[in-house]
Amino acid sequence: MVESLAQMVVHGEAWTVKDLFVLPNEYVYWSIQIVLYPYMTGLVAGAFVLSSLYHVFGVEKLKEIARFALVFSFALLPVAMMPLMLHLQQPQRGINVMMTPHFTSAISAFGIVFMTYACIVGAEIWFVYRQFIVESIQRLENKADRGSIDSLLLLIYKLISLGARDLSEEALHADHKAVKFLAGLGIPVACFLHGYAGFIFGSVKANALWMTPLMPVIFICSAVVSGIALCIISYAVFMEIRKWAAKRNKNFLLPDRLVGTTDLSADHLRSVQTHEVKMTSKYLLIFMTLAITLELLDIIFRGYTAVKSWDILRDVIYEHDFTKIFIMQYGIGNVLPFLLLLIPGLTTRRACVACVLVLFGVFMMRWNVVIGGQAFSLSFAGFMHYHLPIIPHDMETFKEGLGGSLLVLSAPFIIFYFINMIFPAFLEDKSH
Amino acid sequence: MKRRDFLKNSLVFISGAGVSMSALEWLDPKAVLASRPEVRWAFLVDTHKCVGCGFCVKACKIENDIPLQANVTRTWVERYVIKKDGDVVMDSPKGALNGFTSNKIDQNKSGMLEVADEEIAQAFFVPKLCNQCENPPCVQVCPVGATYQAADGVVLVDRKWCIGCGYCIMGCPYGVRFFHPKEKVAEKCNFCYHRITQGKKTACVQACPFSARKIGNLRDPKDPVAQVILNQRVGVLRDEYGTKPHVFYIGLNKEVR
Ligand code: SF4
Ligand code: SF4
Repeated sequence: MVESLAQMVVHGEAWTVKDLFVLPNEYVYWSIQIVLYPYMTGLVAGAFVLSSLYHVFGVEKLKEIARFALVFSFALLPVAMMPLMLHLQQPQRGINVMMTPHFTSAISAFGIVFMTYACIVGAEIWFVYRQFIVESIQRLENKADRGSIDSLLLLIYKLISLGARDLSEEALHADHKAVKFLAGLGIPVACFLHGYAGFIFGSVKANALWMTPLMPVIFICSAVVSGIALCIISYAVFMEIRKWAAKRNKNFLLPDRLVGTTDLSADHLRSVQTHEVKMTSKYLLIFMTLAITLELLDIIFRGYTAVKSWDILRDVIYEHDFTKIFIMQYGIGNVLPFLLLLIPGLTTRRACVACVLVLFGVFMMRWNVVIGGQAFSLSFAGFMHYHLPIIPHDMETFKEGLGGSLLVLSAPFIIFYFINMIFPAFLEDKSH
Repeated sequence: MKRRDFLKNSLVFISGAGVSMSALEWLDPKAVLASRPEVRWAFLVDTHKCVGCGFCVKACKIENDIPLQANVTRTWVERYVIKKDGDVVMDSPKGALNGFTSNKIDQNKSGMLEVADEEIAQAFFVPKLCNQCENPPCVQVCPVGATYQAADGVVLVDRKWCIGCGYCIMGCPYGVRFFHPKEKVAEKCNFCYHRITQGKKTACVQACPFSARKIGNLRDPKDPVAQVILNQRVGVLRDEYGTKPHVFYIGLNKEVR
């Protein structure tokens, strides 16, 4: 029988190495994109929770970073869907989830929850920036020599203002109230969105590693941790760029110039940045403690109850994945940044290093859950090793390899760059 | 009529109607049929009779258009070798497409394992296929309803609607599902639905030279398969998952997983 080579390689075969007794159809079907999916969703949820801390609970100290976190969360939103689409075998049918949602499935309502969440974030941004939008329209309209970028911006602002140009005292007050309400509503929805991602895994009874009711809670905590860490780093990095630009009087399309706030001094920026980063790190520590406690509780509980699957899980946790779990995830990703953040005299640079480690740690956590959960056979008598495809040789190894994951990881920054031109994330806050 | 009387009468009428209405139940003919249809397919495997020739695997692949050399299969046969010291080793090279032609046990990356004859306490073969679970987790987790259960118990996949998320593959506790190498959608054994619904046997049942595999209708008391399942001691795989599997085994022991 003549069959082309392409038919021989079944999905998953390119990156799975089997050891001992593994059932014939078992492969690592959920690979890097499914690692990235909860990772990206987590970042969205986490960034939003950070911004809400200021808007809802009035944590004044987070004022500056809150606005940034909100815009960044908006930029992350479309990216949360990307890994799913890159993972589907029939991406063109992805819309079927909306057309015939099968509600006993944990994935089916994702679209609905996700859309609700997107609307909340979108609406919140609109209310936060409404005053700015109207002011920009006025400023641009009065500008005598409008360039093409100015005209484009004016058009965009006019469109998104939705005709609401009332800047009276009451109107602004109403905006303020709406922001508070939406931020408050957003917190449970963000947690639900992400807890839900945890449920997708936690509810798979066939998988001994995934099946735990703690999974959604663990996911939420680590999501908030990763979101805050990413905000701190990005905030610091973007501030760095602005300082650099402020000194040289350049603008690199960063919107400071476009909106007309050119009175930026490098010193001023530095003090804002240090202050914000320090404050945010405190919240990071709180959520980290929570996340680590829950994860350890899970492992201890499994060891203590030692049901049938524990034999193979122990092999995976303490032998096969020991480096990935205890050294990379807990050691480098949790303990080390924890200490870095605790040592007094925190500088921005140290906070950033700690945050990079935290992000790495959360990524490893997702990896260890998703890939680790498929590292052993359903027969409990064999193992599967996953090798991330680095050099793609077809569409599949690109999508579910290094290339695809870098695409997903870089997307939020690119999107942020453009969104930032319309909704400047670093606007000095006057009203809200 | 006074207002008070009107209210009183209405109250009496409503409560009376409520009682009699509650005796009626909305009957959906489909639901009635599904709750006790005439057919409930079940499978019977006699592990004593299986010799691991793999004819069933080959017949299945040809019948259901799964590329022979692709390393996935709707049905497969496992070999269990239980040593005198209690160790159990298992393998299923290529799902036993070509049968078990070597004494060596295929341990994948760890190579071929040789077990001396005098060390062996017992050895046997176990054919596996989709259990057409009564409570199928694969159906539960499919986000678009592309995997569904027919009234006669067989779980089917709609190839035109599956989005290829792989959630059902993850959800099946038996490792039965995979992605079809050509169709790029979820695939699994469906008891040769196109055959059994036309009164034929499945390809594997027909191909088995030793009648180790049988298919029958649990609802028919005269069906030989139903009789064995009802009157003899049979086992099922991994019932701890609450899936209520409908592939029954004669001669199953605890080493089989
Ligand atoms: S054995 Fe697996 S694929 Fe077959 S019905 Fe049960 S859960 Fe679904
Ligand atoms: S792979 Fe197809 S059949 Fe399986 S859960 Fe996804 S959409 Fe449903």
